[in-house]
Amino acid sequence: MMAFAFYLFAISVIAGGFFTVVSRNPVHSVLWLILSFLSAAGLFVLLGAEFVAMLLIIVYVGAVAVLFLFVVMMLDIDFAELKAEMAKYMPLALLIALIILMQFVMAFGAWESNAAAESMLAQVTPTDRHNTEALGMILYDQYFLLFQLSGLILLVAMIGAIVLTLRHRADVKRQDVVTQMMRDPAKTMELKNVKSGQGL
Amino acid sequence: MSADLNIILPEILLALFAIFALLGGVYTGKDGVASTLVWLTSAAMAALAAWIGLTGEGTNVAFNGMFSDDGFSRFAKVVILLSTAAVLLMGEGYMSKRGLLRFEYPILVALSVVGMMMMVSAGDLMALYMGLELQSLALYVVASLRRDSARSTEAGLKYFVLGALSSGILLYGASLIYGYAGTTLFSGIIETAVHGDVSVGLLFGLIFVISGMAFKVSAVPFHMWTPDVYEGAPTPITAFFATAPKVAAMGLFARVMHDAFGNAVPDWQQVVALISLLSMFLGAVAAIGQTNIKRLMAYSSIAHMGYALMGLAAGTALGVEAMLVYMTIYVAMNIGTFAFILSMEKDGQPVTEISSLNMYATAQPGRAFAMLILLFSLAGVPPMLGFFGKLYVLRAAYDAGLAWLAIAGVIASVIGAFYYLRIVFFMYFGEEQAEGLDANKSTILLGFLMASAAVMVFGIINMFGVETAATAAAAALVN
Repeated sequence: MMAFAFYLFAISVIAGGFFTVVSRNPVHSVLWLILSFLSAAGLFVLLGAEFVAMLLIIVYVGAVAVLFLFVVMMLDIDFAELKAEMAKYMPLALLIALIILMQFVMAFGAWESNAAAESMLAQVTPTDRHNTEALGMILYDQYFLLFQLSGLILLVAMIGAIVLTLRHRADVKRQDVVTQMMRDPAKTMELKNVKSGQGL
Repeated sequence: MSADLNIILPEILLALFAIFALLGGVYTGKDGVASTLVWLTSAAMAALAAWIGLTGEGTNVAFNGMFSDDGFSRFAKVVILLSTAAVLLMGEGYMSKRGLLRFEYPILVALSVVGMMMMVSAGDLMALYMGLELQSLALYVVASLRRDSARSTEAGLKYFVLGALSSGILLYGASLIYGYAGTTLFSGIIETAVHGDVSVGLLFGLIFVISGMAFKVSAVPFHMWTPDVYEGAPTPITAFFATAPKVAAMGLFARVMHDAFGNAVPDWQQVVALISLLSMFLGAVAAIGQTNIKRLMAYSSIAHMGYALMGLAAGTALGVEAMLVYMTIYVAMNIGTFAFILSMEKDGQPVTEISSLNMYATAQPGRAFAMLILLFSLAGVPPMLGFFGKLYVLRAAYDAGLAWLAIAGVIASVIGAFYYLRIVFFMYFGEEQAEGLDANKSTILLGFLMASAAVMVFGIINMFGVETAATAAAAALVN
């Protein structure tokens, strides 16, 4: 049963990835991407990492992919033109990729890691507690400093976004609630008695 | 946990200061408080620097080794805090005159300084990355602070895109190192990375990490962003870029090389030596054709980073000491030079053309003389302090058996002297022009210019104790 589920998810991850790349319609691409995210979440569940699986669905499917959809639908991007542009540089890119790949093969051909390294690696899934609990223990205890620092980084990102985009334009009329409420009908309105048939 | 918090107290205080300043700025008069905030931030940083410099003792490790507070990090932190305080004060007049003094500016600078303090204290690859990102993210924002200028926006965007790329390279290297060493802690990596027994994967990771860090110190071949960002960013921010972040990145570089790979010096020595050589020559040659003084300072800083890296390439305690002394002198020179550049104005508008300095000496003999001293010092002409900085790194490289690098350094310094002396030529013997630069009345800029020039002359007596402090700092890092 596990093996069946694994192959099912694995095939749908790969198929999703493949169709993301080859789809002509960018909206379809994003939908295929969502499928491959969901299947990857399934693989995580099989591994016993249910928390990461939920995160993947909430963050990637719920937020990132939907954002992609919005961007793709809102922006007027000519994907055919982009692809043509990319095809022009493709041979050179392939050549560079090939050279780097060769270097990696040469470097890692004699793959050996230090003897001490194996024993120092952290255990992937803890056996004595839920992995949500285990993640919490690590995040708020061992990596407390890093957790707080990432909070500061997000604060900087927020300040930065506001500093760079918020501007008060003087030539735009704004609603001022207080002035609206303080207006006195006697001063701003004038009642005229117009005789019928004469006009003003 | 509370003992850990005690050790990072300076960082906590600065972060809290930034957060409360942000609250204050939002709830009160908005940009009206910016000027006060700049002064407050400067004062807070100077106080923190004094506190760290005077009371810090020994080596304290916090958070399971992720953060280490030792002589080396304290030395770097004092230089970072003091130079940032000086640069903030210098830029205040320029920024407010051009409507750029938003209250977020000192806050972002303070947060980036928190990141720099984390960088020089990092004892773990993840802590390193967090510090680096905190620093860089704030720098990207301040680079594009002048939103209505295409150049400033371009500077910010270029810095951001290339910075993200370099972060990616660094992270990739970090993941390889983690994979092969089995730990992200420097104290664990140093046991795995022993010369003669370093696995290829670990070396691959190290090369990627070096590339990422070389980008941050703008060393060749990762320097492309520097001239454009220096030119596009508002001048006070350029002054900031040229000082504190360079010290922080250099400190981080030394920490990774010695704390994590200190047992494998011959494995990385040649890489750092090559980067150093290329930076010195490119900085010296490419600056010759520049007509804009900010671009010229960008190439100058690339060359100076080459010399500082030469100290690191030596791979000895003497080399680290020479690097620290060199960086301190470099920062002191740059503060004075940028005080001069900030005061260059014509009809109230900032000018950065070198040709506008024609016959400046007849109009402003005092300032011209101070600038002359600074330029001589930047070029490394003997009686000035800048010469001794170069002498230190050359000696360290020579002692470590890198005589070829030391000789190349001397040649590059002779080539580089040309463009510094060209500015002196313009100031004293240039062509007569119809109207010169405005007489700048800012006493702060004049004060920093004169003080910096005085340091270059009188510092040769005992370097104000920097040398002994640097010796202690280097001993804490290399053992």
